Amino acid sequence: MTAHLVSLAELSRQLQSKQVSAVELAQAYLARIEAHRDLNAFLDVRPEVTLAQARAADARIAAGGAHPLTGVPIAHKDIFVTKDFFSTASSRMLEGYMSPFDATVVRNLGEAGMVTLGKLNCDEFAMGSSNENSAYGNVLNPWDKGAVPGGSSGGSSAVVAARIAPVATATDTGGSIREPAAFTGVTGTKPTYGRPSRWGMIAFASSLDTAGLMTNSAEDAALVLGPMVGFDPKDSTSVDRPGEDFTRDLAKPVKGLRIGVPKEFFGAGLQPDVEAAVRAALEEYRRLGATLVDISLPSAELGIPVYYVVAPAECSSNLSRFDGVRYGHRARTYGDLNDMIAKSRAEGLGAEPKRRILIGTYVLSHGYYDAYYIQAQKVRRLIAEEFRRAFEQCDLIAGPVTTSVAFGFGEKAADPVAMYMSDLYTIPGSLAGIPSMSIPCGFGAKGRPVGLQLMANYFEEAKMLGAAHQYQLATDWHTRIPEGFR
Amino acid sequence: MALTLDDVARIAHLARIEITDEEARRTLSQLNDIFALIEKMQAVDTSGVEPMAHPLGGAQRLRADEATEVIDRAAALRNAPAQQDGLFLVPKVIE
Repeated sequence: MTAHLVSLAELSRQLQSKQVSAVELAQAYLARIEAHRDLNAFLDVRPEVTLAQARAADARIAAGGAHPLTGVPIAHKDIFVTKDFFSTASSRMLEGYMSPFDATVVRNLGEAGMVTLGKLNCDEFAMGSSNENSAYGNVLNPWDKGAVPGGSSGGSSAVVAARIAPVATATDTGGSIREPAAFTGVTGTKPTYGRPSRWGMIAFASSLDTAGLMTNSAEDAALVLGPMVGFDPKDSTSVDRPGEDFTRDLAKPVKGLRIGVPKEFFGAGLQPDVEAAVRAALEEYRRLGATLVDISLPSAELGIPVYYVVAPAECSSNLSRFDGVRYGHRARTYGDLNDMIAKSRAEGLGAEPKRRILIGTYVLSHGYYDAYYIQAQKVRRLIAEEFRRAFEQCDLIAGPVTTSVAFGFGEKAADPVAMYMSDLYTIPGSLAGIPSMSIPCGFGAKGRPVGLQLMANYFEEAKMLGAAHQYQLATDWHTRIPEGFR
Repeated sequence: MALTLDDVARIAHLARIEITDEEARRTLSQLNDIFALIEKMQAVDTSGVEPMAHPLGGAQRLRADEATEVIDRAAALRNAPAQQDGLFLVPKVIE
């Protein structure tokens, strides 16, 4: 079966015309998952659950009027809780945890008829840029098994790159969709903050956490984003807007489109191989009729310092729920209640979540709150304001996703600050809350993929996806498949 | 400003994470590296700037205080590390 080589639109057409059944498709992907277990991308696979969903999808198609995505398989990052699969956030703390409910994103996609292939490895509580922080081991990059797949959505990026899932959910707090997408040569889409529901998405930093998608093309992303997002009364920052057709601008030529190129994204630190591929992509846009506009985002470089106050502060608050009382790991031996909580957290949480909880606890503690947390929120506004002004001069912003191609295992693991710098170009957009994405635009050192970042103003996902699709019509980087996975 | 080992112990206590002396020493230098990174932000003039709590501004929406769905007791207790008579079990807190 060659289902893994076609677009979601084509898969949908084959399913609706009964050329292939959802069960056959699920079986084919389950076989691919089994054949590539060495990637360590899946944390939980349950063929009986997947096949039952596929049988239900076939019944819906047979009955007529099924949603176009009915029967299309999808894998979920293990940050989304699911009632039929373990939900662990790649942490020992939640080993064996079974949620009583599905996350809204999972439920929405299930209601559209999509079939769940399983749960995907990621950095623990989505904290990391290499997937090395998972309590369940590294995910390998399908392009080069000595390279990280990026993080935190490393399982999501790896399975889509390897074509062992046609689409995967992911989450982005500071770059956790775009960086792994760039490192594995897939299309990673982060919508506007507040568009997808956070309900049932295990919380890391609530003012930043945004669900999104890993796909093999912008067109695929546009098809799945529609049913995935929408107002959710259970999420206090969910945006109440009418549903949208995110495919509406796919056919729109980029002629006349103004693409802002921030000079701060091409400074010292950007590796020449990445810069060359990104500049070539910008040139391609110019060839297609877009206008490149020089812009400046002078406060963007403050993104990392701001992020490493805001995100840990929110994380220290969110992760206080893990106390070993109602669910999660409880230490075997302990004295009183406080001792039980402190020991359970010490044993159940990994090094990175602990580090961030400690930073967050400090910046929120008495005497430091204004100097750190409030100051960070103020600088965050300055960054967001610069984006707002930039979008008066241009329709989209483009630049690199990362400073380098995927690095090797262990290269940055011992140095948190070096690891944090991986998100230099993705954090500013996260702080502003604007939609952004990574699309493959070539290869750099050691044949590892390079991503082009596109950013759009609030709620302009359709425009961004359209421009990405036009690039993908003119280039074939997104169709490349790593050796051994064809 | 650099943190001390005492600061690390105090923060770990506030965060209710037990930490060994060895871990505290290792954590100390990492936290100081991170705070050196964060310092860059503190020099920025932000007078007159409103803090941005989340991207879409405004107050967070509140829902009506109504029970919308009910998880049954067995499902709620399914993941409990210790339970008895339909209740979560913790060490004695009141002597």
